Amino acid sequence: MKLLKSATLAAAMFALALGAATAQDATKVRIGTEGAYPPFNFLDSAGQLQGFDVEIAKALCDEMKVECEFVTQDWDGIIPALLAGKFDAIIASMSINEERKKSVDFTGKYYNTPPAVAVPKDSTVAGVSPEDLKGLNVGAQGSTTHSTWAEKVLTDSTVKLYPTADEYKLDLENGRLDAVVDDVVVLSDWIKSDAGKCCKIVGTITPVMEIHGEGAGIALRKEDTELKEKFNAAIQAIRANGKYEEINKKYFDFDVYGG
Amino acid sequence: MSDAAFVATAAIPSAAPPPSPRKHWTGSRIAGTLLMGIWIALGIGFAFLIVGGYDAEKVARYLPRIIGGVWVTVQLVVLSVVFGAILSIPITLGRLSYNWVAAPLAFGFSYFFRGTPLLAQTFLLYYGLGSFPDLWKSLGLWWFMREAFYCAVLAFSLNTAAYQAEILAGAIRSVPRGQWQAAASLGLGRYATLRKVILPQAMITALRPYGNEIVLMIKGSAIAGIVTVFDLMGETRYAYSKTYDFQVYLWAAVLYFLMVEVLRRVWDAFEFRLTRHLRRDAV
Repeated sequence: MKLLKSATLAAAMFALALGAATAQDATKVRIGTEGAYPPFNFLDSAGQLQGFDVEIAKALCDEMKVECEFVTQDWDGIIPALLAGKFDAIIASMSINEERKKSVDFTGKYYNTPPAVAVPKDSTVAGVSPEDLKGLNVGAQGSTTHSTWAEKVLTDSTVKLYPTADEYKLDLENGRLDAVVDDVVVLSDWIKSDAGKCCKIVGTITPVMEIHGEGAGIALRKEDTELKEKFNAAIQAIRANGKYEEINKKYFDFDVYGG
Repeated sequence: MSDAAFVATAAIPSAAPPPSPRKHWTGSRIAGTLLMGIWIALGIGFAFLIVGGYDAEKVARYLPRIIGGVWVTVQLVVLSVVFGAILSIPITLGRLSYNWVAAPLAFGFSYFFRGTPLLAQTFLLYYGLGSFPDLWKSLGLWWFMREAFYCAVLAFSLNTAAYQAEILAGAIRSVPRGQWQAAASLGLGRYATLRKVILPQAMITALRPYGNEIVLMIKGSAIAGIVTVFDLMGETRYAYSKTYDFQVYLWAAVLYFLMVEVLRRVWDAFEFRLTRHLRRDAV
């Protein structure tokens, strides 16, 4: 009897917790981000989310007058987690491309920077063309536009896929990789830091529209059209009122919004 | 009358076994049938999901990669288990010895590799030890440390060696001391005793835990994904990140299941062979 009672209690509490978690509060938006992609989104030494994406997200939430809550999620599973309702929007430097548009909807871009290739300082690699990288070990983070580019374009190189950017950085530093591909801002931010002094940027890649898309946008579930419009309006608003520029200046000495 | 009267001329025909008692629908029988029914229903549902979600394009695009992943998993597991087994022999000897050098060394090895996660061991070996390329180059071992696959096999071998040594040492300890003494009294040497008397008995005890360890390795090898070795799980995650279709995990589940099932049958055959002296019908 006692067992039955506590089981009922547990079930009731579970249902309550579930109800609380799924209750749609119109003024609360849960934002998914990776937290491992400096300088766009990362965890600082205190375990707090920081970065350009995070500050843009906060500015957008202020603009929309909603309360935002951040959820960190591995990159691999970030779209499935959005679709499963773990959060309502992805603000994690996600490139807007055709492949992803099949499953999610995007706002307009909130920044656009080109991809680049980094190599060790003493490397003889002279450019970023498939010929320059022929026969070499090239690293990229898996499930990214950069990995798609590497697999599609660098057909004569060995492409290695890593779970996060941290790991390919380690392998470029220790010489297992001859080159890595990622966003130019991510690579240059790393190279400027102590950890990245092993390496240099050899050049940027001309984005391929089908692979790289028009830039980074906010990903949403397809049915959330209202939220998408609110985000789009908020992006326009912070572009117009100088908030975007303020955040841009804090992180970069050039305009990341792109042409 | 001669002695012939005492010689049997015909075998007594074997009588039919008594009829088995009628089975009644007892509570436990009903419960068992119901539970079995649930399992069968789940199996049918699973098959239905796979067949219903069949998408020729996805199958053509990702199934070959996933099958390739199965091959990588098999290589990882076979190599690691074999190297681990070889390495486990000296560790077992250390675990069974009272030598003040060998015993603590073997204990420390097993303590460390069983006490820390395989994920951490693989990461430390590949990224941690891998961050000293100059050292490895000067030792002439960089060709080894450079390759993610070799590092994964090394990490898994060390890990499974610790577990296998514990299994083997425990099984040898489980053979009564009297067996050693009896063998000694027959004039058998220590090595012959171990090989002919102790190990055959110890292996009966060790067989199932060994099988368990390999099953765990099959599934644990998914960790290789963090060091860029794309095994079955790695390829599945790759396909999932492209399709967002959980179908691919169902395929992976079926493939893992098949691997474990093959292993289970091989293990049944081993057990049949090892316990042949314990069966009454075996002549």
